Amino acid sequence: MLNWLTIDWILLVIVVWLLIGVAGIVALRRFRFVARVLFPIGGFVCLSLAGLALQALGNTPETAILPIGLPQLPFHLRLDNLSAFFLLLIGGVGAGVSLFAAGYFRKGAGTPPGLLCLEYHIFLASMVLVVLADDAYAFMVAWETMALSSFFLVTANHKVPEVQKAGFLYLLIAHIGAIAILLCFGVLQANTGDYTFDNMRAMTLTPFWASTAFLLALFGFGAKAGMLPLHIWLPEAHPAAPSPVSALMSAVMLKTAIYGLLRISFDLLHTHVWWWGGLLLALGLLTALFGVVFAAVQTDMKRLLAYSSIENIGLLLAGMGLTLIFHAYQMPALAALSLTAVLYHTASHAFFKSLLFLGTGSVLHATSERNLGRLGGLMHFMPWVAWLVLIGVFASSGLPPFSGFVSEWLLLQSFLFTPGLPDSFLNMLIPIVAAMIALIAALAGYAMVKFFGVIFLGQPREEKLKEAHDAGIWEKIGMIWLAAWCIALGLFPNFLIGLIDSVTVSLVGAGLAQQAQSSGWLFLVPSSIERASFAPLLFLLGIALGCLLAYVLLRRLYHGGLRRAAPWDCGHPWQTARMQDTAEGFGQPIRQMFEPFMRLTRKIPTPFDKEPVYKVTIEDHFWFWLYLPIAKVIEFVAGQVGRLQQGRISIYLLYSFITLLFMLFLVQK
Amino acid sequence: MSISGFLSQLLAIIVALVLAPLLMGWVNQWRAWLQNRTAPGLLQPYRMLNKLFHKESIVAETASPIFRLAPYIVFGCMVLACAIIPTLSTDLPMSPAADAIALVGLFAVARVFISLAAMDIGTAFGSLGARREMLIGFLAEPALLAILFNASLISNSTALTSIVEYLAHKEFAIYPSLAFAGIAFTMVSFAENARVPVDNPATHLELTMIHEALILEYSGRHLALIEWAVALKLFAYSCIGLALFFPWGIAEAEAPVVLIFALPALVLKLAVGGFLLALIETLSAKMRIFRVPEFLATAFLLAVIGMLVHFLLGA
Amino acid sequence: MNALIPQLINLFAAVILILAFAMLSQRRILNLIHLYTWQGLAVVGSTTVVAYVTDQHHLYYSAALTMALKVILIPWMLHRLINRLNVRWDIETLVNIPTLMIVGIALVVFAFNVALPISRFSETVAHGTLGIALACVLLSFLMMITRAKAVPQVIGFLAMENALFLAATSATYGMPMVVELGIALDVLVGILIMGVFMFQIREQFDSLDISHLEKLKED
Repeated sequence: MLNWLTIDWILLVIVVWLLIGVAGIVALRRFRFVARVLFPIGGFVCLSLAGLALQALGNTPETAILPIGLPQLPFHLRLDNLSAFFLLLIGGVGAGVSLFAAGYFRKGAGTPPGLLCLEYHIFLASMVLVVLADDAYAFMVAWETMALSSFFLVTANHKVPEVQKAGFLYLLIAHIGAIAILLCFGVLQANTGDYTFDNMRAMTLTPFWASTAFLLALFGFGAKAGMLPLHIWLPEAHPAAPSPVSALMSAVMLKTAIYGLLRISFDLLHTHVWWWGGLLLALGLLTALFGVVFAAVQTDMKRLLAYSSIENIGLLLAGMGLTLIFHAYQMPALAALSLTAVLYHTASHAFFKSLLFLGTGSVLHATSERNLGRLGGLMHFMPWVAWLVLIGVFASSGLPPFSGFVSEWLLLQSFLFTPGLPDSFLNMLIPIVAAMIALIAALAGYAMVKFFGVIFLGQPREEKLKEAHDAGIWEKIGMIWLAAWCIALGLFPNFLIGLIDSVTVSLVGAGLAQQAQSSGWLFLVPSSIERASFAPLLFLLGIALGCLLAYVLLRRLYHGGLRRAAPWDCGHPWQTARMQDTAEGFGQPIRQMFEPFMRLTRKIPTPFDKEPVYKVTIEDHFWFWLYLPIAKVIEFVAGQVGRLQQGRISIYLLYSFITLLFMLFLVQK
Repeated sequence: MSISGFLSQLLAIIVALVLAPLLMGWVNQWRAWLQNRTAPGLLQPYRMLNKLFHKESIVAETASPIFRLAPYIVFGCMVLACAIIPTLSTDLPMSPAADAIALVGLFAVARVFISLAAMDIGTAFGSLGARREMLIGFLAEPALLAILFNASLISNSTALTSIVEYLAHKEFAIYPSLAFAGIAFTMVSFAENARVPVDNPATHLELTMIHEALILEYSGRHLALIEWAVALKLFAYSCIGLALFFPWGIAEAEAPVVLIFALPALVLKLAVGGFLLALIETLSAKMRIFRVPEFLATAFLLAVIGMLVHFLLGA
Repeated sequence: MNALIPQLINLFAAVILILAFAMLSQRRILNLIHLYTWQGLAVVGSTTVVAYVTDQHHLYYSAALTMALKVILIPWMLHRLINRLNVRWDIETLVNIPTLMIVGIALVVFAFNVALPISRFSETVAHGTLGIALACVLLSFLMMITRAKAVPQVIGFLAMENALFLAATSATYGMPMVVELGIALDVLVGILIMGVFMFQIREQFDSLDISHLEKLKED
């Protein structure tokens, strides 16, 4: 019993989750039991998973074989550094989300709580399996389970037509992606018929086949991650799902796609061609820019966050592209730096995005309103949620000294280190890319200020908001846990870099940790302290000292008091809360500047309208340029095929007869 | 941390705190002279700060704690900025805490806080100002970053002290990419400090104001802190400009004696810079708000071209 | 000292590129002419420095010629032209300016990459600036494409000639004197003809908008 390997303990975690799920089914409608007992237990199990993963990081890979599934085709599992890192994220984020969910799910329409509990824990378990899988079969089974369980979670509120539509779109794109991944594994096993990852690792593919496999993987995992032309499901599915589910999907599920791409391009493939990196860089940047521009013009708070997830995925892909370029040119130190940036951002995005989604969940509960135009002033009624979300907003805007800044800083550093690349064209493009990343980060700040300012600041735009209540104790605990990590990862970057180190060593053959800590634990130093350094704790201390200085000065000089009065109304006393800047208004400059990016339809009232309505809808060009034409073609083909179906038995018999004749003809040949 | 390092750090902060309002007064004085007005005294900003500190602070009923917190944070950010920018000496113990990228992040923190505080009251002006400030910020921030990248590509470092040491004390050389960066920097600093072609620090006209709309609700000691922070920001930007493009006269860690000459040199450079600022402000007309993104995009792209030129000429 | 001189040439080239971008993003015709004058001056400076370094006297002559023609004569003619045509006001570009700048950057990257292999083989002091010269040619071309009015198009044409001159100096220490004189004469005559032409266009259409010329084609 005691000499269990870590991987066995992790399997136990999965079993416990499944048991919790079964318990949920048994107590199908006993909402209090499910919410207050089962979800917290699940959360603590998540914590233990994180602990196990922490233990596994840096150790030698462990393997296990599960004799389930088809005969002769058992599940191969493997726990190495890369999977341990992602398990750490699943555990860490999952703990916060599960604790929040304990306070979140209420009685109401839609799926009964017990069933949700089952789906939720299967979802968690399947993500763990995806990360552990060591053969294509186990991977695909886990991957599909993940897609299906999340589909059911998205459609928890399945009576609403939009939710149905969103769920369908999600399922469709998830499956198109899955086909590509399956094909990719087919290429990777190089006709040996052995689908274990061990075998794939041993194969050396020609550049052509390696590129094919890479492109297939990019397509497949890109569909899951929300890469540019395949992002279309993301802004639909995330708002439709219950908030803890959106949090898990955005924070962890999207990251399994990043995991898959890392696994295939750095672990399973050995040939590396630089243009893979270039392609990934370009796609990543486009995705990020697109995501952030759309985030800035959204009026639905969860859609805004969904687009912001697209942006962050874009940044991750761009960083990975840079890593691939460095790796292809055999520059391990730089590859380690940019890969560290990618993994750091993966972690920090997981924490802050789940925090933000949970925050919207609390707001949704308190106000049953998702539209930014009807919110406002919640800081006064929900101070806990507001301050916690503010932490997430800072992290997400990439402001120092929060977690988002560290990854952005590392990423920019790795771009600035580039001038050693052998290709002059790339050398020239890289600074442009760095500038683009700076632009994207600044735009993210814009979107996030809008998000926080419109929801929590100002005056409540509707009367009913004044009755909004703050989050319950479970919700608070979950959010505090996540917010604490947003701060901790921002203040103590060397801690996580130390953990990432073993991953980068195993993937690109070099690590950053030793270098990063060379000037003491306070400083984050990518190469030498003269070159660049960042000490978040000192940074915070500096600002704090400045504030303190101001405070002390005021105490010395200050004689006046403080008086509350009505805000300045410009001599126009009939101002209402509806006269504040709206979400549309706040996003208007961005909309105007980036108009070619989006498809705008505007309804402007005329002076003679009885009930004037101003309405702007912003839609995605891709939907009209790419998806609708494809849908039309498919519909047409299906219509043609449908003609075969006449409904008369003799015609069906004729088909069988012709098939038989054709087969006989083939056999005779 | 050596004693001399500690002293030069302390000196840098004190000089910044003291000189910043003076620089503001100097610019205002020249502006008035150039525009044929009677100029306020050089010490006017100090008098104003003193007056505001003694006044009662009026806070709107709808304000949340963010509103009262923001002036302190903004002030703290600007003090830290002045502490890490090499103004007199490159021997700054605080400097490794934040490099050029973190400096831009620091300005962003201040901007986000002041914008949030403006939105907090819930009047049309505040949110209008916040929107415009963020609009300027989202273009100015990457532009500033790209400008600093130009310098860090030359000196192979993003640490501000290393950049200045490289530019000031290595063999003299002409860097064409810095010409691009210099023009871009001038444009960005006008936008960031709410000066004339972009914003008018003296206006309270509803349709045109940006910075003043943000701080419309502040009064008393809060306003004083913000005004001081604005002066510090102008000072910080001037010092970045001087450090990147005219870095001579800044003392090195090995030669603390030069510090004696560094202060007069700094004052002289700032005096010339302040005069030029007032001159440009007087000569140019304020542009429409919709032209501002174009103006800043130009600055951003110029900085990017600077980096390209750096690679082409292989400097 | 010796290290500084190539850097000085590079600096002049960079200034010319900045001015090319400034012209691309300039709305006022009057400012366009000023920028053109400055560009001419920068070309003069760069030519003089190259002449000094390489000790080639004919480059001094061509610098002087440039000075007389592009810094004094042509701007003066252009000033007269816009005064008489009364077209000092703002002009809108066909494409918005940030987009133009982004296209401009793409052109710069392209030009630099095209020039890189060529300038590697070149032995001249100023070989590094070939890419910049090429970029300036493309940028001026872009400027001509995106302006709707006749005067800015002419200025674009002149700026392109400046850039070509820079390219010639940087790649091969300038063209033979005869060719250079010929080109100078061409430009001068070109400007005169275009001046006359613009008066004619305005007589005919009451505007300098090039789009009116579309009416001339036979339907």
